[in-house]
Amino acid sequence: MRVPYSWLREYCDPGIDARELAERLAMTGTEVERVGAVGPPAADSFVVGRVIEREAHPNADRLSVCTVDTGDGDPRTIVCGAPNVAAGQSVPVALPGATMPGGAKLGKAKLRGVESHGMILSAAELEIAEESEGILVLDDDDVAPGTPLAEILPLAEPVLELEVTPNRVDCLGVYGVAREVHAISAAPLAAEPWTEDAVADGEGEASDYASVTVEAPELCPRFTARVFTDVTVGPSPAWLQARLSAAGQRPINNVVDITNYVMLLTSQPLHAFDLDKVPDGALTVRAAAEGEKMKTLDGVERTFDAETVLVCDSRGPSGIAGIMGGQVSEVSPETKRVLLEVANWNGTNILRTSRLLGLRSEASSRFEKQLHPELCMRAQRIASQLMVELCGAKLVPGTIDVAAEIPAVQQIRLRGERVEGLLGMRIDQADQIAYLERLGFDVEADGDDIAVVVPPDRHYDVTREVDLVEEVARVHGLDEHLPSTLPGLAGQAGGLRRDQRLRRRAEDALRDLGFDEIVGWSFTDPGETKRLRIPAEDPRAEGVTISNPLSEDQSVTRRSPCRGIRRQAAGALRRAAAARLPRGGTTDAALLAEWGRGSGLLRAQGSSGGSCGSARRGARLRARQRAFPASRPQREGARRRDGRGLDRRAAPARLPPVGPGLRGRL
Amino acid sequence: MLEQIEKIEAEGTAAITAAGGTTELEELRVRHLGRKAELTTILRGIAELPAEERGAVGAAANRTRKALEELLERRAGELDAVEIDERLVSDRIDVTLPGAPTLPPGHLHLITRTTRQIEDVMIGLGYQVAEGPEIEHDYYNFTALNHPPGHPARMLQDTFYIQSHPDVLLRTHTSPVQIRSMEAQPPPIFVIVPGKVYRRDSDATHSPMFHQVEGLAIGEGITLADLQGTLEEMLKAIFGSGREARMRPHFFPFTEPSVEFDVSCFQCDGAGLLVGGERCNLCKGQGWIEVGGAGMVDPSVLGFVVDNGYDPERMQGFAFGMGVERIAMLRHGVPDLRRFFDNDVRMLGQFL
Repeated sequence: MRVPYSWLREYCDPGIDARELAERLAMTGTEVERVGAVGPPAADSFVVGRVIEREAHPNADRLSVCTVDTGDGDPRTIVCGAPNVAAGQSVPVALPGATMPGGAKLGKAKLRGVESHGMILSAAELEIAEESEGILVLDDDDVAPGTPLAEILPLAEPVLELEVTPNRVDCLGVYGVAREVHAISAAPLAAEPWTEDAVADGEGEASDYASVTVEAPELCPRFTARVFTDVTVGPSPAWLQARLSAAGQRPINNVVDITNYVMLLTSQPLHAFDLDKVPDGALTVRAAAEGEKMKTLDGVERTFDAETVLVCDSRGPSGIAGIMGGQVSEVSPETKRVLLEVANWNGTNILRTSRLLGLRSEASSRFEKQLHPELCMRAQRIASQLMVELCGAKLVPGTIDVAAEIPAVQQIRLRGERVEGLLGMRIDQADQIAYLERLGFDVEADGDDIAVVVPPDRHYDVTREVDLVEEVARVHGLDEHLPSTLPGLAGQAGGLRRDQRLRRRAEDALRDLGFDEIVGWSFTDPGETKRLRIPAEDPRAEGVTISNPLSEDQSVTRRSPCRGIRRQAAGALRRAAAARLPRGGTTDAALLAEWGRGSGLLRAQGSSGGSCGSARRGARLRARQRAFPASRPQREGARRRDGRGLDRRAAPARLPPVGPGLRGRL
Repeated sequence: MLEQIEKIEAEGTAAITAAGGTTELEELRVRHLGRKAELTTILRGIAELPAEERGAVGAAANRTRKALEELLERRAGELDAVEIDERLVSDRIDVTLPGAPTLPPGHLHLITRTTRQIEDVMIGLGYQVAEGPEIEHDYYNFTALNHPPGHPARMLQDTFYIQSHPDVLLRTHTSPVQIRSMEAQPPPIFVIVPGKVYRRDSDATHSPMFHQVEGLAIGEGITLADLQGTLEEMLKAIFGSGREARMRPHFFPFTEPSVEFDVSCFQCDGAGLLVGGERCNLCKGQGWIEVGGAGMVDPSVLGFVVDNGYDPERMQGFAFGMGVERIAMLRHGVPDLRRFFDNDVRMLGQFL
């Protein structure tokens, strides 16, 4: 989650710089991957200018020579290459001395014989957009030339890149992050942006324009829709584009930008339909037919299974619920009437579907963590205000709202002794209450206990007393307050079991015999059975096959470390050809051993050009191990390497006994 | 009689002078001066001689005996010296040489060494070592660890599943042993769990197979503060005394509260800067290095073993886990996870 700092500060300003805040967030449970920046590194020498005059360049067809008022008395001459520059526009200007994104310093320059005293900027040059055609035209006609550009657009904008844990779906919205910052810093929090709604002055009722049928209520707990008429689709104002870009979203047009903006603010995704492309305005939410197909917004045709939920019109599917819309009813520059969908989906099913399709979106990554149905109307209210304000739209009265039962509000009792009992540190009840209130919980002291009501944003995360203990603990601060103690052992004595002790002795003995322990892969290829000459009737010939291996080479579990050891020995010898092996005088020998851990089995095998003496001692070691019943040696012995390489004729003399492995345990 | 004595002296002198070794010399001593020797017999018989002969024979015999004795001694000294010289030359032994080394010792893998080190610290703190199967039931790996159905970690992308049994998998963490241990033993329980784990991921920082060590402590009144103290003891033992532990709140399905834990950087001593003011490259100037995840065992997890005495209202405790390779990489500056599975003897040989 990318949070532009200026956007966050609009709701809660902790009064510290972004880096300090990042550290504080990291110590209270929200890791900050990094603090990035967008736009020019410093805001100096970036101002608003007004184009007074535009003339063609005498020596170049594509350039124009502009006279620009930048508020410092003399209008200055700026050469501009953009086709869309025109007299009367308010534009962003970089004056000589400005540092551009990327670090280049702007100077005076002569372009085809005309001296240019600055530069009129495009959205891309300000890092507001990835690419742009022509210069950025500011709509703010009332801004005086010479006004620092930073007052209109975020320049030198720090961006907090948060690693939000999967339980904190509330922090996938800027307002949720602001509430978190409020909780940990106690800085004031601005009112919830959804408290006000737009004035509905459209004609008729929403239900006159559209209808919604939900056939799968268990997968779609709530579906709300509002209707807007007289919509003018166009580019969003610069401030909105700048915010979206800084947050990592590409600006598209004002309607789509509003849906993205509201999602980034509230964590509730929205979807806009061109109502005129929905026959009769009738939408149906239903499960897909097995094998049903649709082309998504990214132009890919996708096939669904019976658990995929689709939003359909009378002609067929128009979007995959909660994941991605379709092309059929997309908002375009010609769109006049918009149906705004704000729905709630079953998170588990969204996750399942998005994995199945290999399709993840900003929306699905929020829905899959299960949003609360209450959030729908918050998003509708904010979006409605923006639709009216930025698209000149009229909101039609009424909201189509098809809802299954809204989950009951969670009420939890936090017992006074429980906090200290679990944490091992005392937190005053007054502090506990303050922390929980700042986090948005409704709380009331009841003797030593606290009665807590969980807000919808935290409904699926905070469900038990212990969850409240965590909330209180992390806001209180573990690093500052938690003491370090050791648990009482209640008479427990530590130690190794007999088999574990013996295994260590066996490992040490092999090491002392000159063996290097290796750690080989537990996987191998299906051909191993044959190479190990395990007869087909042997139960181990089957192996354990992995259904989703990374490669064929690693698709079955190995039967024995034997083959891996051989391969490793060959590699070791190859590498040792240059660097002399530290083995008794010979350079063509490697002693490698490996043993299986965790199964109570010792599996050791050597690959050796060593002396008979070491083989004899190996035999004694084997005898000792065999005397211990829980550790059956699987396969040991020496491999001799002759001039032609490792001797492959030396098939295992004795197949390993079937250990207490898979069959027995499962 | 006097002639006889003279003859004895002459023969003895000649034989002793010619003797080639100390053994021969001893034989000569017995023959010429022993109890049954001619000279001894003469000396013993002096009393029976006529009185006028006694003085002369006695004097001559005693003189001869003395002469032979002196000669024997001198000759023995000479021969001893020669023989020691000879023995010194022929029997040269260097007692300082090591005894019969056929091969130099090999090496335990760095993963084994590191695992043992962690085990040993925890054994010292009163823990027992527990193990479990690498091929594991979905129930132990996920369900009983409070990963509800539909949890992202259960999805095919992260987990290797077994073809013949869709509910069997390669364990993705050592945590299933928490449940297995609690099923096997009522509280209190203090175990440390080493083992191989598997995740469907492969690059410089992810290996489809790697190693974890997991700790579990459940009893009455075991707190989050106890977790911090335990981690501190462990981290000091691994990374050196003077190290500190830090816990940052986090999220894991099977612990609540959950934390990630860090150790203060052992290269810059937590300052973030090296001597000379350069930014510490090990902790990236943070002063802390992330080590693993931990937390108080979630009551829902205890709920799965409630029949064995783990009543969440009475019993509580903590669990922690970390990657063995990560610890070894930090401790020994190993740059790439894959080096652990190359098994290059030149690397193996650096760690005894």
